[in-house]
Amino acid sequence: MGKKVKATEEQLAYAKILDMGMKIGLIALVITFIVYLTGIFVPHIPVNDLPKYWGMSAHGYLEAAGINSGWSWLGMLGKGDFLNFTGIAFLAGVTLLCYTRIIPIFFRKKDAVYGVIAIMEILVLALAASGILKAGGH
Amino acid sequence: MKRYQDTELFRKAAHNGGIREIAIRPINVMLNLFQHLIKSIGYETLKRVQGDKEVDFSNASNAFSPAGHKIAIFFFALCLFHLSPDSAIASAVASSPELIPPEAAMQWWIWPLILFVVTFLLGIVAVLGGVGGGVLFVPIISGFFPFHLDFVRGAGLLVALAGALAAGPGLLKKGMADLRLALPVALIASSCAIAGAMIGLALPANFVQTALGATILGIVAILLIAKKSEYPEVKQADALSTSLRLNGIYYEASTGQEVNWKIHRTPQGLATFIIVGVMAGMFGLGAGWANVPVLNLMMGAPLKVSVATSKFLLSITDTSAAWIYINNGAVLPMMVVPSIIGIMLGSIVGVRILAKTKPAAIRYMVIGLLLFAGMRALLKGLGI
Repeated sequence: MGKKVKATEEQLAYAKILDMGMKIGLIALVITFIVYLTGIFVPHIPVNDLPKYWGMSAHGYLEAAGINSGWSWLGMLGKGDFLNFTGIAFLAGVTLLCYTRIIPIFFRKKDAVYGVIAIMEILVLALAASGILKAGGH
Repeated sequence: MKRYQDTELFRKAAHNGGIREIAIRPINVMLNLFQHLIKSIGYETLKRVQGDKEVDFSNASNAFSPAGHKIAIFFFALCLFHLSPDSAIASAVASSPELIPPEAAMQWWIWPLILFVVTFLLGIVAVLGGVGGGVLFVPIISGFFPFHLDFVRGAGLLVALAGALAAGPGLLKKGMADLRLALPVALIASSCAIAGAMIGLALPANFVQTALGATILGIVAILLIAKKSEYPEVKQADALSTSLRLNGIYYEASTGQEVNWKIHRTPQGLATFIIVGVMAGMFGLGAGWANVPVLNLMMGAPLKVSVATSKFLLSITDTSAAWIYINNGAVLPMMVVPSIIGIMLGSIVGVRILAKTKPAAIRYMVIGLLLFAGMRALLKGLGI
């Protein structure tokens, strides 16, 4: 990169959190998947039964497997298959962490517009992650 | 058939009865072929990375280099496999759990293994063809695997997300992706992606499949027709982009110069991202195929800034949609993890061999593959 071109402070801060979060999430994903495959924790759905479920709709799968939607997976982390959701949820949550990091920078720089945009984005992502929004049923 | 004569598998097939032999033993054929492809591509990739002078690369300028040749063989075999009646039966049985005989449960690992290998190859092809992994993943996996479309879309979003998370830090640090340009766009796209995801999960699968097929065919048209402008002419920035300070400078390594850029048609561009967000959430495609043309052609951002910002943007847009799929049960770890690992490993290999291949011809092959996958999705949705 040229001498004069520098990424902004908020851009570098975002990148740093994103990099760290992505690596942690991927490592967690691989480790929990190995745990799942080796059967250290008994899965909620036996692996041999997976073909019965992966052809169903999401709604049908939840009903057939007796799983609640939303964050119910959090109470099932003792199951080998649901342990994988720690890595998945972490990867899906990294962006929230990044936004949290850059909001103070925007307001310190008196860039209120972008500070508000970042806050609104956190609200959108939090809404998506909350589990309040239910869909499916076909 | 001459092209395939050097493949042991096809020699055996020809000896035993030709194409029919392939059609009646699809799983064994695919596993053997995958093994052959992986070994050969891996060997050739290592050779090229190490710069082995003994290897003749005189045909490297030919798009159908040995690696590309074998990628083409694989996808041809995939199409052939799909056309076999057993493939259709397998799909029907997999979608009707009560029809699965007990002995089939013993082979649960076959599909995730094939998924890993396929996504590995998709990762390579996506880099070489300059398309996103998400846009390849959903139509191909939904068309040729027994997984329900809900799970395929959930996995597709997480695959695209993982790729964007991996690429984002580097692009931001180098100043190629612009955070200020991305944030307002991301706010709109991510909000609409939530809506798209909810709509997609609520609609019947065959309707979504049909719409997916039509969308993929539209993407093929965009890839074929849409021009790209390295440095669009932006005579004057509009009021919105000026007030938001949507401009910047990036360092163009190829010329050694710093490029000042600004954008225009900001309200129109932001409005277009409403549609982009909905489609990304509904189909689980990722949205790079739409982000780049809108940023580059409509809003006037330089091509490299558009591509880099688009890649970063996916990490935000896909996050919101992915959460809807996660919270509504449309994520199966046995699908998601092999897919993410496969496509990321494939991307690494693709980047390493990119310099030695001719991306243009690979891109046409990818477009052909998308065309086939789109037709397959359309016909599947229509019940044909």
